Amino acid sequence: MSKPIIATTSLAGCFGCHMSILDIDDRILKLIELVEFNKSPIDDIKTFTKECDIGIIEGGCCNSENVHVLKEFRKHCKILISLGECAIMGGLPAMRNGIPVKECLDEAYLNGPTVGDNTEKIMPNDEELPMILDKVYPCHEIVKIDYYLPGCAPRADLIWAAVVALVTGDTLNIPYELVKFD
Amino acid sequence: MSETVKFTIDGKECQGTKGQLLVDAAADNGVYIPVLCHMRDLIPAGSCRICTVKINGRNMAACTTPVEEGMAIENNSDELTDIRKAIVEMLFVEGNHFCPACEKSGNCDLQALGYKYQMMVPRFPYAFERRDMDATSPKIFLERNRCIFCKRCVRVIKDNEGRSIFAFKGRGTTLQINIDKTLAATMSDELAQKAMDICPVGCILKKEVGFIDPIGQRKYDKKVIGSDIENNHQ
Repeated sequence: MSKPIIATTSLAGCFGCHMSILDIDDRILKLIELVEFNKSPIDDIKTFTKECDIGIIEGGCCNSENVHVLKEFRKHCKILISLGECAIMGGLPAMRNGIPVKECLDEAYLNGPTVGDNTEKIMPNDEELPMILDKVYPCHEIVKIDYYLPGCAPRADLIWAAVVALVTGDTLNIPYELVKFD
Repeated sequence: MSETVKFTIDGKECQGTKGQLLVDAAADNGVYIPVLCHMRDLIPAGSCRICTVKINGRNMAACTTPVEEGMAIENNSDELTDIRKAIVEMLFVEGNHFCPACEKSGNCDLQALGYKYQMMVPRFPYAFERRDMDATSPKIFLERNRCIFCKRCVRVIKDNEGRSIFAFKGRGTTLQINIDKTLAATMSDELAQKAMDICPVGCILKKEVGFIDPIGQRKYDKKVIGSDIENNHQ
């Protein structure tokens, strides 16, 4: 039987959740025996080349590209996991929610204390750039998400336990210490 | 002498004094009923409803109900756990609770209840309301994004003449916790610390200190909320 295939991505996240995936230490050797990786920053495969079993999503959706990638993941993965606070509730990027986008952009490019050199008052607006959304959306408000692993970052032991349980079909018993929101 | 009454919680035989609030009587018998707005010896507010129990088939708030002889109370059932979990989830989506950026994280009662009930994601959509913080007092920050309107600070934190330093303003969706600037300027360090400690979330923060307890040594890093009450009586 072929190995289950995993894809991962970082949307509006800081890559901390991916660092936490790597934090499983030498169990990564067991992991590559258990599963195969497809599209992921870990192996640098940029587009889906196969249909995947598990998609792991870090970060919420703050722009149109995040939404596009997330929908691609939903299309190509049987199971989607929201990994970390940003994917689950928007996280720190969502601190701008409630503030109008124009106010945020004005602060970032025109009025902020470190933008003194922007004398021409340029606001990035190239059509190549993804469109910023009105607010940062949790992933499950865009597509159906099957499982959630909270934490900032989620503990490596939690990620390991969850992935192994999914792949082997075992019951997941999560110790109290592993589910944290920070 | 106060009259002793007998009652049961999930079949366990308990004793209390007549008129004692159920939530306190339960704690005295080693039974933890979760609370957010309630504090012992305070006039109950009954605002958060996290202490909802089933008494003789009816859902009641344990912090406003006095114990009576022969009461049969249900505390740990799947139904009640789900109600309580739903309340925690509602509080999480109603305010802006960014745990990773909060100084109270690890020592927060609301977060600890999220851990207790293994809240992986709230079932309700996030409101992401804009709420402004107040940093004008010399001793404390008022981070309104995290306020759950428990009214503990309003009821407990008073100046020397018994005047409340905190107060509610507005109603419904415009309800807001506020601080009396003149009285707040007279707050001692001890009172500011007390205000921070009684706040069940990270709304009231003492200035010039923060993140004192390292991760791993905070109140709820390893201990489930309420386990001290339950362990006292084993």
